[in-house]
Amino acid sequence: MSYVIAFLTGGLICAAAQLILEYTKLTPAHVLVGLTIAGAVLGGIGWYEPFLKFAGAGALVPVSGFGSSIARGMLSEIKRLGWEGLFTGAFEITGLGLAAAVVFGSLMAVASRPRD
Amino acid sequence: MKPQEYQQLVRENQPPRAVAKNTLMAFLVGGLISLVGQFVLEFVSGVERTTNEAAAVTLAIMILLGSVLTGLGVYDKIAEKGGAGAAVPITGFSNTITAAAMEFRREGFILGMGAKMFVIAGPVLVFGILSGFVVALIKAVVLGYF
Amino acid sequence: MAANLIGRQTIAFNGLPRLVSAYTIVGRLEGQGPYRDFFHEILDDDLVGQKTPEKAERHILEKAVNEALRHKGLAPQDIQFYISGDLLNQVISAVFSARSLGIPFLGIFSACATFAQGLGLGSALLQGGFADRVVVATSSHYQTAERQYRYPVELNIQHRPTNQHTVTGAGACVLSLEGEGPKITHATFGKVVDMGLKDPNDMGSAMAPAVFAALEQHLQDTGRGPDYYDLILTGDLGRQGLKMLRILAERTGLSLDSRLQDGGALIYGGNPKTGAGASGAACSAVMALGFVNAQLQAGKLHKVLLVGSGALLNQLTVQQGDSIPTVAHAVAIEA
Repeated sequence: MSYVIAFLTGGLICAAAQLILEYTKLTPAHVLVGLTIAGAVLGGIGWYEPFLKFAGAGALVPVSGFGSSIARGMLSEIKRLGWEGLFTGAFEITGLGLAAAVVFGSLMAVASRPRD
Repeated sequence: MKPQEYQQLVRENQPPRAVAKNTLMAFLVGGLISLVGQFVLEFVSGVERTTNEAAAVTLAIMILLGSVLTGLGVYDKIAEKGGAGAAVPITGFSNTITAAAMEFRREGFILGMGAKMFVIAGPVLVFGILSGFVVALIKAVVLGYF
Repeated sequence: MAANLIGRQTIAFNGLPRLVSAYTIVGRLEGQGPYRDFFHEILDDDLVGQKTPEKAERHILEKAVNEALRHKGLAPQDIQFYISGDLLNQVISAVFSARSLGIPFLGIFSACATFAQGLGLGSALLQGGFADRVVVATSSHYQTAERQYRYPVELNIQHRPTNQHTVTGAGACVLSLEGEGPKITHATFGKVVDMGLKDPNDMGSAMAPAVFAALEQHLQDTGRGPDYYDLILTGDLGRQGLKMLRILAERTGLSLDSRLQDGGALIYGGNPKTGAGASGAACSAVMALGFVNAQLQAGKLHKVLLVGSGALLNQLTVQQGDSIPTVAHAVAIEA
């Protein structure tokens, strides 16, 4: 059941993004940034957490999940450290993924070439 | 012919875009990637201590997946069909980093790959941090965390 | 009024410079299209064993020129001027090819109209008695164009139906007032036209007005009707640009039936991977020097008007909100 919900939620978010791309002049970059900001705002307010509990990967995998992870990381670090947490928290949850992206990206750059 | 007239003519004569098909494909591809993410999340949750850690590891694995598919030259083909379904998931984010790394490696590792790896993903990072900062700051002040 | 100038923008070449030698090289995708038999060489590897696509592009441009010379037993010393251009910043492929060839270099740029511009300028140098032989050549490459104008090749992008695919290839020819070959009779140089269009995903629609203006001016200056020509071949408007051109023509009562074709729309044979068709500085070069040249020599075509079309934008202008300026140059060739 959780699988069905994840599939549907993730799918719907992507479908909504596609509709925006089809009907407006916004570019993919605009839409992705918009989704990220939405995730960060909802994550900061505290509304993304129940969404994550409900939809699992369907809420985590879209880039809004990435945005929410930044905000939630900041909030949890603020509780732990005080105001410094506002800054250290940015990468608390996302840090693993970012470092992974750099490492794997570099690996692929060494291992293979762009193909048409 | 005046420019505005021609622009109108161009607008009227644009080829039809398969909106329904593109949206359906975005739904399917995005849903599928999320489904894979769910498998990963449930597996990882059995192993990690907190939900935040499970989330972090899941994101990392999905990033690896996106990176590998990009390296194999497959992700851009998925994106041609799936549109937003490939761009929106975190695998898309990873693809932008890997694609840039692969492309700009030709100008050397430091000045090429290193300098331009985040050229496409940059906005997501910058605005994620900026908006998170603003909201977290407001919430923390309002709730008196400081 | 200058001796060879007719009308407002057209030069008549009374000496009839001829295309005495030509060589075309295309990449794999072009080699799968319906015109593959007209190209002199089809590449197995679009990178021709080079480390970067930029190095590959200049390599094939250089080879095209060398082969065009070799076929007529000519050497670089026999050529007075080398007129060449490509899509990249500082026309860098042309520059590096000129370095190897050692012929006095005249680098030019009109984006995808560069080849037509080159044919016109080369013919003018011959007509004016300033040279015995000139070489005109252009090149483009899918990967170098994507890097400069658009995105990393492996990036997740969903293309629009109006996007075009840059031709990987190069075309080179030797022009001279002596010898055998199709004859260049006129060239009409176009003005830069900008109808305020800003969508870099639909260059065809942006270029159509410039092509129409050049075509109209050419016909007006020469006093000819479109039916004078067996074929009017535009460079790379693509299917969408061609459609807009036909609409513009219809509105002014200019009848352009099936004698109007577009190289970009033809070369890939409608391969869905290529969107609205081909673009690239090499497109008009290889279609003109491969297909049109062969048909003129075989007597299947007698009078052809080539109209190269170029979209003069770069990445910064798009990001800064500018519209797309375009240009078109027309060259008349007869068997």
